[in-house]
Parts: sequence; structure tokens; C-alpha cells
Amino acid sequence: MWETISLVTASRFLGAGLAIGFGAIGAALGEGYAAGLANEALSYRPLKSGDVLKNMLVGQAIAESAAIFALVIAILLIFGGGEPEHAILAWPAIGSGLAMGLSAIGSGIGAGLPAGAVCVGIVRQPASANKTLTTMLIGSAVCQTPAIFGMVIAFLLLFLDFSQLPLYPGWATLLGAGLATGIAAIGPGVGNGLTAMEGVTGVARNPGTYNDTNRTMLVGLGIAQSTAIYGFLVSLMLLFQTVEPNSALVASMAPLGAACAAGFGGIGPGMGIGYVGASAVRWVARRPTATATLTRTMLVGMAVTESTAIYALIVALLLLIVV
Amino acid sequence: MDIGGPDFIKGMAFLGAGLAMGLGAIGPGVGEGFAAGKACEAIGKRPEEAGLLTRTMLVGQAVSESTGIYSLVIALLLLFVV
Repeated sequence: MWETISLVTASRFLGAGLAIGFGAIGAALGEGYAAGLANEALSYRPLKSGDVLKNMLVGQAIAESAAIFALVIAILLIFGGGEPEHAILAWPAIGSGLAMGLSAIGSGIGAGLPAGAVCVGIVRQPASANKTLTTMLIGSAVCQTPAIFGMVIAFLLLFLDFSQLPLYPGWATLLGAGLATGIAAIGPGVGNGLTAMEGVTGVARNPGTYNDTNRTMLVGLGIAQSTAIYGFLVSLMLLFQTVEPNSALVASMAPLGAACAAGFGGIGPGMGIGYVGASAVRWVARRPTATATLTRTMLVGMAVTESTAIYALIVALLLLIVV
Repeated sequence: MDIGGPDFIKGMAFLGAGLAMGLGAIGPGVGEGFAAGKACEAIGKRPEEAGLLTRTMLVGQAVSESTGIYSLVIALLLLFVV
């Protein structure tokens, strides 16, 4: 019906809009939160405005990075098209826009939370400003990991050659690859932010517990990443599996269903595991003698919270492999 | 609807521009509002520091605005340049 070039170019523009539209949400939320807490910190000690402003800007810069990834993907989508000859190439464009845009939501919010906490922490305990800042940098950097998964999938969708893929059900595998990582990255991003925020506050309150707090924080951050990794795994399977031409509805809905399962299944457990980590780190900082008990309880709690994400991954794998 | 090739591209570009700016306005809106609210609280605690607190609020809001500006740039690109 429509020329192929028009269809693919139009989809690239739509994908660019989705990428920057979703991508701008998270970073702005996180940065605004950091700015708010910076002012709260200044209300306690106005004379520290130089330090507080500096650290606020550092934290906000880390949160901004997710939005900058999204901007890069959007510009590549708008200006990077060639002379596409296959209608299937419309779908990697939309998939990559969704992958980058959606995954930047969680990481932006998540990186802003410790940025705000570092401002309050520095004002409360100026002598340990370095330790507090280091904890924030570690925590924020790990928070960006889900957005990096999204960016990897976006780049794969943009630069791999999909022209030989059949249109049905190829459209569903490509769109699903974008959705799986994009949606699955939201929960872990925010959850990691909660854990990192409590890590920073804990080190500020009790600089002597720096080692215990950081260790517990890193364990918690690592486990929260798992749901984003499930989404990433399903995306990679969708991208690299061999696709037979099949115009039945079932063949298209299976990959899409798998992407939805892995994607949406990561939201809740990601945030929940992050909350568990946050509470555990908070109390490790207040009672370092109870670190072992707290870590044990944290791991048990995280394992139970993870269960529905595992069910979602199983359903996704069933849809991809068995059905 | 009678849709030709170039018409379809323009149509999707407009949709993309709308999504870019529409969704992109959410984050700065909420974030800057939170920053302003916290600034009011801080000024309530220390009215004599109003100058410093307002300045810090504006700096923080400007950083949060930046992502909204990216969305605006992409939206304008999609509307007028392509």
C-alpha cells in the first residue's frame, strides 16, 4: 500500500519521538528531587552552599546521562536512515526507540535519589563528605546500568541488518526485543535508587560503618539488577533467534507475549527488591553489629520477592521456546 | 483516509513530535515542582536566606529543565526540518 521508504522513515520518526519522550521523564524527576533536597540541606546550614551545590550538580549529571543516551538514539533515528528497501526495517526503529526511552525512566529517577541524599548528608556530617560522595558515585553508577542495557538493545536494533527477516512474525520479535528490555528496566532503576539513597544517608549518619554499608548496598544493588537482566536476556533471545515466515496470529503474539511477560514482570520485583535493600542498608548503618542478621534477612526477603519475576521469566521462555 | 507516501511520513513525524514533547513535559513538571516546594519549606525555616535558597532552586530547576529542552528540540526537528 505505502512505499517501503515512506513506511520505514515514518517509523524512524515515531521511534525518535518515543525515545526522547519517555527518556526525558526519569532524569527530570530525579534531578528535581535532588534540587529539592539541596534546598532542604541549605535550610539547615546555609553557609555550606558551595559544597552542596557542587555535589548536587555532580549527582544530577549522573542522572542526566540516561536522558543523553535517549537523545543520542533519537538523533540517530532521525538522521541515520539510508535507503531502506524492506518494510520489516520499520520495526527495529520503533523497538529501539521504546527500548532506550522506557529504560531511561527508571535509571533517571533512581540516580536522582542518592543525589538528593548526598546534599543532606554533607550538611549533616561535613567531615565525612568524601566518603558520602564516593558512596553516591558508586550507587548512582550502578543505577545507570538498566539504561545501559536499554542502550545496548537500541544500538543492536539500529545497526544489525534485519532486512532478511520475514515481515510476519518478524515485526513481533523486533518490537518485542525493544519492549522487553525497556519495560523491565524501569523497576530495577527505581529500586536501585532507593537502596543507593539509603546507603548515602547511612554513611553520612555513621561514617564508621562505611565498609559494612557499602558492601550491603552493593549486594542489594546487584540482586535488584536481576530483573533487568531477565528482560535483557529475553530481548537478546528475540533478536538472535531464527525466524520462520509464518503469517498466523499465534506466531506473532508469542514473541510479543514473551516480551510483555519479561518486561512488565520486572517492574514490581525490581522496586520491591530495591525497597528491601534500602531498609537493610539503613539499619546496617545504624547498627553495624547486626550486619550478618540483616544481610541474611535481606537475602531471604529478596529471594521471595523475586519469585514472581522468575514466574514471568519462565512464562516468557515457554512462549519463546516451547509454544 | 487517502494516504500517500510523503503524507504518511509527515503524519508520523507529527505524531512523534507530539509524543516527544507531551511525554517529555511530564518529568520536568513534577521534578521542578518538587524542587520549588522544598525551596518554600526551606525558606519557611530560614526566611533570611531567601536569596540563596531561591538561587539554588533556580539552578536545580534549570538542570531538570534540560531534558525538557531536548524533547523540545527533537519535536521542532520533527515538525519543521524533516
